[in-house]
Amino acid sequence: MQQIDQIFVNAKHAILDLASGFLPEWVVIVISILVSVTAIAIFGPVTMMYLTLLERKAIGRIQNRYGPNRVGKWGLLQPIADGIKMLTKEDIVPQSADKFAHFLAPVVIVIPALLIFAVIPFGRGMTAVDLSIGLLFFLALSSTTTIWIFVAAWGSRNKFSLLGGMRSVAQMISYEIPMVLSVVPVLLVVGSFSTVSIVDAQAGGNWFIFTPWGIVGFLLFFLTGVAEVNRTPFDLPEGESEIVAGFHTEYSGMKFALFYMAEFMSAFTISAIVATAYLGGWQGPWLPSWLWLMIKAYFLILVMMWFRGTFPRFRVDQLMGFAWKFLLPLALLNIFAAGVWIELDAPINYLVAGAIVAVSIVILYWANKPDMPKKRTYRYAYE
Amino acid sequence: MIPIQHLLIFTSLLFLTGLYGAVTRRNMVGILISIEIMLNAVNINFIGFSRISDVSAEVAQVFVIFVIVLAAATAAVGLAIVLAIYRNQKTVYTDEVDLLKW
Amino acid sequence: MDAFAPLATFALYGLMLGILATAVVTVTVRNLFHAAIFLAFTLLGVAILYFFLHADFIAAIQILLYVGAIMTLVIFAIMLTSRMSDPSVPQSNRQRIPALVVTGIVGVFLILAILKTPWIVSGTLQTTNAVALGKALMGQFVLPFEVISLVLLVALIGAIVTARSDQ
Repeated sequence: MQQIDQIFVNAKHAILDLASGFLPEWVVIVISILVSVTAIAIFGPVTMMYLTLLERKAIGRIQNRYGPNRVGKWGLLQPIADGIKMLTKEDIVPQSADKFAHFLAPVVIVIPALLIFAVIPFGRGMTAVDLSIGLLFFLALSSTTTIWIFVAAWGSRNKFSLLGGMRSVAQMISYEIPMVLSVVPVLLVVGSFSTVSIVDAQAGGNWFIFTPWGIVGFLLFFLTGVAEVNRTPFDLPEGESEIVAGFHTEYSGMKFALFYMAEFMSAFTISAIVATAYLGGWQGPWLPSWLWLMIKAYFLILVMMWFRGTFPRFRVDQLMGFAWKFLLPLALLNIFAAGVWIELDAPINYLVAGAIVAVSIVILYWANKPDMPKKRTYRYAYE
Repeated sequence: MIPIQHLLIFTSLLFLTGLYGAVTRRNMVGILISIEIMLNAVNINFIGFSRISDVSAEVAQVFVIFVIVLAAATAAVGLAIVLAIYRNQKTVYTDEVDLLKW
Repeated sequence: MDAFAPLATFALYGLMLGILATAVVTVTVRNLFHAAIFLAFTLLGVAILYFFLHADFIAAIQILLYVGAIMTLVIFAIMLTSRMSDPSVPQSNRQRIPALVVTGIVGVFLILAILKTPWIVSGTLQTTNAVALGKALMGQFVLPFEVISLVLLVALIGAIVTARSDQ
């Protein structure tokens, strides 16, 4: 059991032991860094490749079809075939495009998505870098993608791209505020930004989702996260039926693949970070720790795919109203509930915090009720 | 840690780059961009001194937070003014905004 | 880790050069949109520099606020105001040479002053963390903190009032 749990850590140590036999100390340190970097650099893109397959399969099943099943057994080689197709496609740059911006945006947008992998605690002792500001690092890096999406949109010189880019900026800035506020309760309770200590604080089944503020915080963080990675029902920036493909309308070949890669890797990292912050990270009985994180993250990803298969897209005013009139006040009240929860004693605090959260949800729901249009009466010309 | 003089020379060069931009740019947004560079140079100085001085490091870092917040405020107000001028004058070039000059 | 020190120092000098280069491009490039992109790189470089100087929290704030928020504002302002299709408009005024001379003179004097001053360097390198920063903000600096939040609120209201079109 212990062996399986620590298999990756032991593998790294074995490599380092082998290296330290005949190499100077600083080379061993460099190798130690390189091993982690290589592991992440392989894990990220491979995750992305198979997420595309998983998404197509899941959506296919929801829509009562099979999804890709021709390349390899159960379509398992489909991502590789897609990759070859993307690599060999012609790279089209529009004539009037801003060539520099058009080239730069897809290249740079992958970097934050990859860097976030560094702070995810994949298992016991399996965090690449235990930054003291881990969660803030994630929030900061995920906010930088906004600019590159907009640069791509502006560089394309296409009205659909620009519309998609503007929608994307408006959406991501609006949802970033409730997103940052939704993790504040966790920071209040743990007293640290470090993802490792957040997971440690949830040891022994004390996952934060089992508290009143935790369940609200989890829903807030997950919903805003889905909005941050532009997935249905928040996919207005790339709404196919309205603005072709949004900010990546003018991209083809590998540049398009890079956008796709950034999007799917962000979907995975947001799931893993939500699992870390609220679902106990790699904590769990019986199974090895890294398997637990994968189960939780993939569960959240499947929920995202389920959203995509079942929900229609928001309207722009609904999207903004949801962020500013519902999520933001709820996030603030949730911080208050978490503060009350910390201050009071064990049985009462659940009741009081639960009451605060429940009352605030009811009031916000009531206050946000859409005004139903009055029943229309028709006067016909022929009467 | 490199000698503090090197860091200071670097930040003064960065500050002067921003100053050059602020003086020579015609576009108001360009001037605001240059001012952001100047503010950043000052912030690096704060952080550098927080590392080497006897005063506890929080003091300097709190000031950096204040500077960043003020930079956000200036950016918001400044760009709003630029938008208002552009709406009324149809220009963002500083030498073409000469309503008070005749 | 000591074997790493020369490598880290080398990387630090390289980073400084990179920041300076992107800053120079930012203030000189003709296309303002490209200037904004290079400003984003400059700000990211400064954030990495903060990591080198063990100011992790400030680095994260720098990315979150500068690169995430202020850059978006700047890019939006450029989009709403610039005449992209007209590259013939000169982007710098006639003060180029005087500005270069003056900044050069100021730079020489600044560097001379920096080299002449005996800087008092304490023996230990200071670090801090987010918890200590929060305590300082809420304890020693609580009055400036409140004032600055008021300033921010006033600025935001002012920005909205100024930027909205009058109907």
